[in-house]
Amino acid sequence: MTLCEVTEVAGGVGDFRVTVMERPRYVDVDKCIACGECATICPKKVDDEYNAGTGKRKAVYVKYAQAVPLKYQIDEQACIRMKKPGRCGACAKACPAGAIRFDDTEKMHEIEVGSIILAPGFEGFDPSGTGVYGYGDYPNVITSMQLERYLSASGPTEGQLVRPSDGKPVRRMAFLQCIGSRDENVCGKSYCSSVCCMYAIKEAVIAGEHVPELQTSIFYMDMRTHGKGFDEYYQRAKNEAGIRFVRCRVNGVEPEGKRGDLRLHYVNEEGRQVEEFFDLVVLSIGLETPRHVLELAEKTDIRLTPHNFAAVSDFAPVSTSQAGIFACGAFAGPKDIPQSVMEGSAAAAAAADILSPARHEMTMEKTFPPERDILGEALRIGVFVCHCGSNIAGYVDVEEVADYAATLPGVVHVERNLFTCSQDTQELMVKVIQKQNLNRIVVAACTPRTHEPLFHETIKAAGLNEYLFEMANIRNQNSWVHAGDKKVATRKAQDLTRMAVAKVAWQNPLQNFAVPITHNALVIGGGLAGMAAARNLARQGFPVDLVERSGVLGGNAIHLHNTWSGEHIPHHLYGLISDVSNSKMITIHSETEVVEAQGYVGKFKTTIKGRNGVKQIIEHGVTIVATGGGRLMPDEYGYRKYRGVVSAIEFDKLWEINDKQVRASNAFVFIQCVGSREPERNYCSKVCCTHSVQSAIELKKEDPGRRVYILYRDMRTYGQRETLYKKAREMGVVCINYELHGKPKVDRSDNGFEVEVWDHVLHRPLLISADMIVLAAAIIPGSGAKKLARMYKLPMDKYGFFQEAHTKLRPVDFATDGIFLAGMAHYPKPVEESIAQALAASARAATLLSRDQVLLDAIKAEVDPDCCDGCALCIDVCPYHAISLVEETDDAGVLHKLVTINKAHCKGCGLCQGTCPKRGIAVAGFTFKQLESQLDAALAM
Amino acid sequence: MRFEPKIIAFCCNWCAYAAADLAGTSRMQYPSNVRIIRVMCTGMVHPEMILRSFAKGADGTMVLG
Repeated sequence: MTLCEVTEVAGGVGDFRVTVMERPRYVDVDKCIACGECATICPKKVDDEYNAGTGKRKAVYVKYAQAVPLKYQIDEQACIRMKKPGRCGACAKACPAGAIRFDDTEKMHEIEVGSIILAPGFEGFDPSGTGVYGYGDYPNVITSMQLERYLSASGPTEGQLVRPSDGKPVRRMAFLQCIGSRDENVCGKSYCSSVCCMYAIKEAVIAGEHVPELQTSIFYMDMRTHGKGFDEYYQRAKNEAGIRFVRCRVNGVEPEGKRGDLRLHYVNEEGRQVEEFFDLVVLSIGLETPRHVLELAEKTDIRLTPHNFAAVSDFAPVSTSQAGIFACGAFAGPKDIPQSVMEGSAAAAAAADILSPARHEMTMEKTFPPERDILGEALRIGVFVCHCGSNIAGYVDVEEVADYAATLPGVVHVERNLFTCSQDTQELMVKVIQKQNLNRIVVAACTPRTHEPLFHETIKAAGLNEYLFEMANIRNQNSWVHAGDKKVATRKAQDLTRMAVAKVAWQNPLQNFAVPITHNALVIGGGLAGMAAARNLARQGFPVDLVERSGVLGGNAIHLHNTWSGEHIPHHLYGLISDVSNSKMITIHSETEVVEAQGYVGKFKTTIKGRNGVKQIIEHGVTIVATGGGRLMPDEYGYRKYRGVVSAIEFDKLWEINDKQVRASNAFVFIQCVGSREPERNYCSKVCCTHSVQSAIELKKEDPGRRVYILYRDMRTYGQRETLYKKAREMGVVCINYELHGKPKVDRSDNGFEVEVWDHVLHRPLLISADMIVLAAAIIPGSGAKKLARMYKLPMDKYGFFQEAHTKLRPVDFATDGIFLAGMAHYPKPVEESIAQALAASARAATLLSRDQVLLDAIKAEVDPDCCDGCALCIDVCPYHAISLVEETDDAGVLHKLVTINKAHCKGCGLCQGTCPKRGIAVAGFTFKQLESQLDAALAM
Repeated sequence: MRFEPKIIAFCCNWCAYAAADLAGTSRMQYPSNVRIIRVMCTGMVHPEMILRSFAKGADGTMVLG
C-alpha cells in the first residue's frame, strides 16, 4: 500500500483498528506500463526531492528508477491541470495505456491487526534554515545526501563530480562533520547521529574512486567508527585512499573570488590558524525524526525521548510505551543499516510473541507454475547483462559485453538492465523467458553468493527449473577490482560471460530435497543474548534447550550495573533469569558444553556434556550461537603491577562495595582504548567510552570536588548517549584526547600515580597526579568460540568474532542454514543491541521452526551407475558420512558394487568427485562436463 | 609484447570465492589475468582438471580453499 498514511489507531494490543488514508496517484496502476511518455511531454519541472534538489523532475514522475511499484504518479502541487482544470492535460493525451486519472480521489481503508510495527525512518537534517557554513548562499556548499546523488550514476551529473556553481571538476573537497548533530547552538540537536562519520568516509572513498586526483579532507570532532569492521575501513581510508582527517571544528566557510572557490579557516592540530581552499564543501548532515512521524507518534500515543525518537527500554529495545506497538530502525534512535535490519527482525519477533496463537490463520502457500519439461529441447540460452547502476556500467562497456554474448553458441536472447535484480526487471524477465521459450539463463551481474536465490525464484516463476541458471560475476570479481582499465574489464566480462554460457549449456533440471523440521531450538550461551532469544522462542511456543558452560545464567551482564540510559541491569537481568528458569518450554543445561555437532537445518544433532561427564544428545531444528565475549587482561599502564590500576569492571565492583581506596581517592584517571584499536586488535569495543563517562559522572555526583579525567582517542558516546558526555563535561570531568603514537604514561609517585599525556589543546605534555587509574580494557571473543566454530563449521573474523552471512543485510544469520548469531559473540555491543540481535535471531529461527519442512538445495553428489564400479574410495573421504556401498548379485550370479548417497547428509562439497578415478560420482551443477566446459571457455581467449 | 600469463583459480564457494567477492566490495585492485571457477569445495577439483587447465594453455593454476 503506497501513498498511504495512518490517520487513526483505535483498539489495543491483539485488536487494533487502523484507519489508513490512500492519497490519489492520478495514475491507474493497473494500466500504467511505466513507459515514461507522460513525463517526457509534461511541461512542468520542479525540484527533484529524490535527488535532494540537485536535479529537476516533471510533475508526473516516478520517484526513482527502481521504485516499487514502478508506476508513475502526478504531483498535484505542481501539475498545471490540477491547479487549473481544463488546461494542459498533455500527459493524458500522450499516455498510450490511457492510465491518467485526473479524477482520482482519496480512499480510506480500515485494517484490523493484532500488533503494529512502526518503521517510518528518518530524514536528513536540513541546514538551509540555519544558514550553517553558508549552505543555501554558496552553491558549492552541499549536503552529504546531495553528494550521494552527484556520485550516483542515476544522479544529476551521472556520477561526474563537478562543482554545482560552474561545472568545474572537483579537485579539493572538504567534509564537515556533525551538522545537525552534537550542536545545540546552531542546529538545536545535542545527540550524535551515529552514522555520519562512517558514511562520510564511505563517500570520500567512493569519490576518490571517481576522481583519482581528488584530495579529500574530513573535519571532525571524534571519529565514531564503532561498528564491526569500521575502524579497519577508517584506517584504509586514511592509509590507502589518502583521505586526510583533521580533528577540529571549522570556524567558517567563505567564498573566495567569484568563481565558487571556498575558503575554510580553522585551527589545526598544532594550534595554528589555517586557511585552506576547496572546490566543494560537504556538510555531513545528521538524522532526525520527520514531522509527519511525530504526528504518527501522537496518533499511536507512544512516548518519545527528548530527542524525538521513540522511547524504548534497553531491555525491550523495540517495544514502545504502548503494548502491541513496536518501533525499529532510525525511529528508535539514530542507527546504521545492520542495526536497523536487526531491529526489523527483532520487532517481528516481539510482534510474534503476541501473535503466535494466531499463527498460520491467514497464510497462503506461494505457488509456482508447473515446471516446463525441457528434455530434448535445443539450447535456448538467455543472457541478461546488468549495469548495476554504474557499478558495472561505469567500468565495463556493457554494450560490448551484450553484443559479444549474442555471438555465443546457444544464446538466443540478450538484454541489458539498469538493475537486473530490481522487481520490475524480474517481472520482465519472467515474461521474456516465457515468450522466447528460453531454457537456460545467464545473468552477468554481481555474485551468486548474494543473488542466485533471487534469480532462482524468478525463473521458477517463469515455469523453468530453477537450476537452469548461471551467474557471471562481472561486478565483485571484475568491475570493482579492475576499475582503472575499462578495456581490460570489458574483455574479462566477456570471458566470464562465455564461461557461464559454456557451463549452463550442460546444466540439467534438478529437484530440491525436503527435510522435516524438528520444532525446537538449541541456544548456546546463557548470557543476556542467549536468554533473550530463548525466552522469545519459548513465548512463541517453541521448546528450547539452553546450554550454559558456567554454573549460573547471566553471562557478562552479571558484572554490569546500569545501561547507558540508566536502567538497572541486575533488576532486569534477574527478571529475565527467572522467566527463563520458570518457563516450561525451556530446558536449562548448566555447567554443560557442546562437544559434538552433526546434522543440518531442521535436523541438528548436538552432543552436550555436563561437568559430571554425562553426555546427552539433543535433536533440534535450529541453533542460536550466543556465546558472548570475554575481557582482555591488560599488560600496560601498570595493570596487575600497581594496586590502584584497575580495569573498568573491577572498578565498578570496588565502588559498589565502597572500597577503602576508592573512598580515599580524590583524583581518577580513566584511560580508554586499552587493547582496542591497536594493530593487533583493530576494532572498537564500543561500550567503553559510555561506561567510563557514566562512571565519571557517578564519581562527580558523589563528590563534585573529585578530579576526574578521561583520556580518550575518540569519544564514542554515539547516538543519544551523547547526552552523557555532555553532562560529564558540564560536571567538570576533564576529557583529554590522545593519539595512538602518544599514549599516556603511568608512573608511580610518592602518594599515587603520575600520568603524562600530550594535551592537544595546550600543545604541551600534561602531568596529572592520580590516586586511581581505571583502564577501559578491550572486549575480546569468548574463549570457547573457536572450538564451537570448528564443530558447527562456522566462519570467524580475524579477531575471533563469529562472521555473519552479510554484514548489512543478514546480520544475524550464518551462511550455514539454520544457525543464527546474537550478542557479543558477533562483536562487542551494549545491552540493548545484544537483546535486539537476540530477538532478531529468534525471529529468524522462528521462520524455520514455524514450518513443517524445509527445502534443501539440489547441489548434491550423484552417482553415475555406468561409471561407478564400487571401488568405494569416495566413502573414506566423505566428511559427512553420506556415502555407502551397495552390493548386489544379479540373476546371472555376477556381483555388482555401487555407491549410494544419503542426500540429507550430503553437503555437495564434492570430495568424492575429486577422488573418484572413474568419473563415477559428481556434484549436480558442478559435473565434470560443466567444469571442463567452463575451464575450456576460460582458456579460449 | 609484454607477457600476460593466463591464470585459472578454482575457488571454494565458502571461503576463497567469498574472499574474491570481498576483495571487490573492498575495491582492492589486482591484475585481470585470473579467471575464477567457482566450486563448492576445493575437494571437488579433480587432479585431471588441473592437468587439463595446463594442457589448454594456462600458465598457472590456483586451487584456493
